[in-house]
Amino acid sequence: MDLMTELTIFVLAAFVGFEVISKVPTTLHTPLMSQTNAIHGIVMLGGLIVVGYANDPLEYTIGTIAIAFGAINIVGGFMVTDRMLGMFSKKPKPKAEADGKGGK
Amino acid sequence: MSLLAVLEPGGSGATALYIVAFSLFIIGVRRGTHPTTAKQGNLVAAFGMAVAVVATLLLDGIGNWGLIALGLGVGTAVGVIASVRVQMTEMPQMVALYNGVGGGAVALIAWAEIRHGIAEIDHGTIASIPLDTLIPVLFAAVVGSVSFWGSNIAFAKLQDLIPTRPLAMPGQQVVNVILLIGIVAACINIAINNDDPNQAIFIAILIAAGLLGNLVVLPIGGADMPVVISLLNAFTGLSAAAAGFALDNVALIVAGTLVGSSGTILTMEMATAMNRSVGNVLFAGFGGAPAGGGGGSGEERPHTSIGAQDAAIKLAYADSVVVVPGYGLAVAQAQHAIKEVADELEKRGVPVSYAIHPVAGRMPGHMNVLLAEADVPYEQLKEMEEINPEMPRTGVAVVVGANDVTNPAAKNDPDSPIAGMPIIEVSEAQQVIVIKRSLSPGFAGIDNDLFYEPNTSMLFADAKQAAADIAAEIQQL
Repeated sequence: MDLMTELTIFVLAAFVGFEVISKVPTTLHTPLMSQTNAIHGIVMLGGLIVVGYANDPLEYTIGTIAIAFGAINIVGGFMVTDRMLGMFSKKPKPKAEADGKGGK
Repeated sequence: MSLLAVLEPGGSGATALYIVAFSLFIIGVRRGTHPTTAKQGNLVAAFGMAVAVVATLLLDGIGNWGLIALGLGVGTAVGVIASVRVQMTEMPQMVALYNGVGGGAVALIAWAEIRHGIAEIDHGTIASIPLDTLIPVLFAAVVGSVSFWGSNIAFAKLQDLIPTRPLAMPGQQVVNVILLIGIVAACINIAINNDDPNQAIFIAILIAAGLLGNLVVLPIGGADMPVVISLLNAFTGLSAAAAGFALDNVALIVAGTLVGSSGTILTMEMATAMNRSVGNVLFAGFGGAPAGGGGGSGEERPHTSIGAQDAAIKLAYADSVVVVPGYGLAVAQAQHAIKEVADELEKRGVPVSYAIHPVAGRMPGHMNVLLAEADVPYEQLKEMEEINPEMPRTGVAVVVGANDVTNPAAKNDPDSPIAGMPIIEVSEAQQVIVIKRSLSPGFAGIDNDLFYEPNTSMLFADAKQAAADIAAEIQQL
């Protein structure tokens, strides 16, 4: 991929990010931060690529630690977010909006 | 042929899966902004991540499966155990920690890339590392390292491993600027010598950036930590995107950028909710707070102290009761006990509602989570703007482990470090009961004038125990 294509993708993705977040209720600030936090764990893919093609001991080591770090970021991040949001879905019904149970 | 040609996603199959993955991320984040879809959104994003990982493992020529399995296994185990064991009260520091390891991963990957490039030059495969790889690698190294160390400090502060007060030393800003200039100069040195980059200089950059991360976060007071963590989260996202440029990996570019930009917006919204600007948080560090706020710690100021029985009587005969929860409630796990008190009061016909400050606890939404856990009806939770006009008509306001968010100094004292921060105006209520373990200052490290007002009674106790006692006393009335 050439640099210009990558920059195009970068700029478009940045705008998507700006647009997707608008007027978030304060209650959801923390879970949302935690979820986006888990998403940047994607950097673990970089670790996979480094280790996958590595050919020197230090590179193996660095890459393996990077994979472990990334996996903690991803797994921990999504699980903690789920726990935070789980507390919300337990909130009682009277507001009969299609609450947690709605989504399969 | 670029240095990293081997690293490019080989077939278009991987790229197609990447497109699926980042579409799922975007949908996931979008759903995360609405209460009814947030939980589902998180699962959608997690599924997207699984797709992205599988796609990467399918790349041509990926090897060293043992090490990959080792890294994945260890990381997954740690992540699962940590997030299952963590208390709801400790969520904020957990997020900080996860953010930190993400930044650490970015910095390590950048280091591996530099080594790889140097090795290729030594073998004569390439003459120099192309700048469109080298510049993103340097960016990823600096920002990843700042994020790693900054997040660790944020974690340590929230976990009370180091003092939460602003820790500043004289000339700190100057030191930071000098460090930053040094880092930029070293990066330029590597970029200019891209046919023979010096690995020692690169490691020095990592260390200097780590030091900078420490120095930037240390002077920031604990109350501002949520904003800092959110900002570091956005930084880590950007550094992941930079790693994507270096590795020519579109999934990293899109997901990293998405987190970078949405995280920036989120940070600004959080700062607005606290009536602080991001610049203020980063560079003011609550000024010279400790000495400034309402009198020194030495002088003893008069206050009224009561027991559970008196509190029960005040509550049982009040026209209405507003509970103002704070971090102390979370620490004491008092949400169920407080709900019991509310149930007893409602049996006696006293209406109860809960006033939720946007940043009560240590994260926005912290209190909602805890109270929802205790089955407090959603419609009894009132936002600050909604409850403040009703305060003068409120019989008793019960402050449970909240402090700074009720401090009238924010409104009345323009010199206070928290001046201008919106507060729950409990001092407007006819009577105030503050349940707290001591008169010690809150997270912002300043004294609370509320405790010394004539209509305020202090009930010194652990929030959970106090609430249980009050509930028992009301029953006997």
